[in-house]
Amino acid sequence: MVKPAEPSSRADTALADARAGFLLILPAALACVPFALILGAMAAQKGLSPLEMALMSTLVFAGGSQFVAVDLWTHPAPWLALGFAAFLVNLRFVLMTASLAGKLGHFRGWERAVIVFFMADENWAVAERRAAERLLTWPFLLGMIPFFYVNWLAWTVLGTAIGSAFQNPAAYGFDFAFTAMFLALAVGFWNGARTGIVMAVSAVVAALVSIAIEGPWYVIAGAFAGMAAAVLMPQTETTPA
Amino acid sequence: MTVSLANLLAILTMAAATYGIRLAGLFIAGHIPQSGRARVALDALPAAVLTAVVAPMALATGPAETLAAAITILAAFRLPILAVVAAGVLSVVLLRLLLG
Repeated sequence: MVKPAEPSSRADTALADARAGFLLILPAALACVPFALILGAMAAQKGLSPLEMALMSTLVFAGGSQFVAVDLWTHPAPWLALGFAAFLVNLRFVLMTASLAGKLGHFRGWERAVIVFFMADENWAVAERRAAERLLTWPFLLGMIPFFYVNWLAWTVLGTAIGSAFQNPAAYGFDFAFTAMFLALAVGFWNGARTGIVMAVSAVVAALVSIAIEGPWYVIAGAFAGMAAAVLMPQTETTPA
Repeated sequence: MTVSLANLLAILTMAAATYGIRLAGLFIAGHIPQSGRARVALDALPAAVLTAVVAPMALATGPAETLAAAITILAAFRLPILAVVAAGVLSVVLLRLLLG
């Protein structure tokens, strides 16, 4: 049978959605692998056990803050400082989930609360990209989120278990993999010259703030500068060349 | 394979802070108007956040990284993401060799 019968079309749509979710997150999941191994190796050096790394990846699930926390880790763990560091590094999530919330209006309240628990930079960007074209569905999210989540968990724990094999990511250019991926995802939101101006303003302000102020404030500063640029630009649909 | 009490407390504090932020976005969103300037700002948000995250690496590290970032952006207009990541990593390795 070449064409699916009518009753199975809903299942086909679900399967296609799940497949699309999986394929869209796959590059990001692969790019995460070296970072997960490096994070694990750093954690092992700080005396964290694989089980502790498993708990952190499961409950926090935010790579940037996990790197900063492991970097700051001492014994006994300065829990308040680590919690505050995670708060600062992850403050951008408030903007991200606020933006995503508008695309989750057709989900129940508790479903939205569950979905945002699993939102990190990469799968959030993929969800936003998808939402720009189609309605987000559970099959799409289930094709994307569990794989991405378990992928991060598994590789961070493996990295902690095998320890110091991955010490120098810059030697292979791996440290640039996330930069390349985030740039690619940002270009995915391209909507004419306006987007270029938003990205340029955000980049310059974030870079300057990162030089001037210690810590992860540059993300918030750059994001707000880019958004301010969007608001201040003339609100016409046609953009000057 | 152990979990120390201090480490557990730190992990739980990090988790609470992080999920709290994620939930806060949901609650704030309900109070943001769906049109006008707030809408324009929110629409610009994804590209602005992603760019800000990579800005220190792309603009404040060295000429090799800045050039590689430019190559990556050009590649992103034509290639699928995995190929873009490969092109970015490859170009940064070569440019670091060339430019020191």
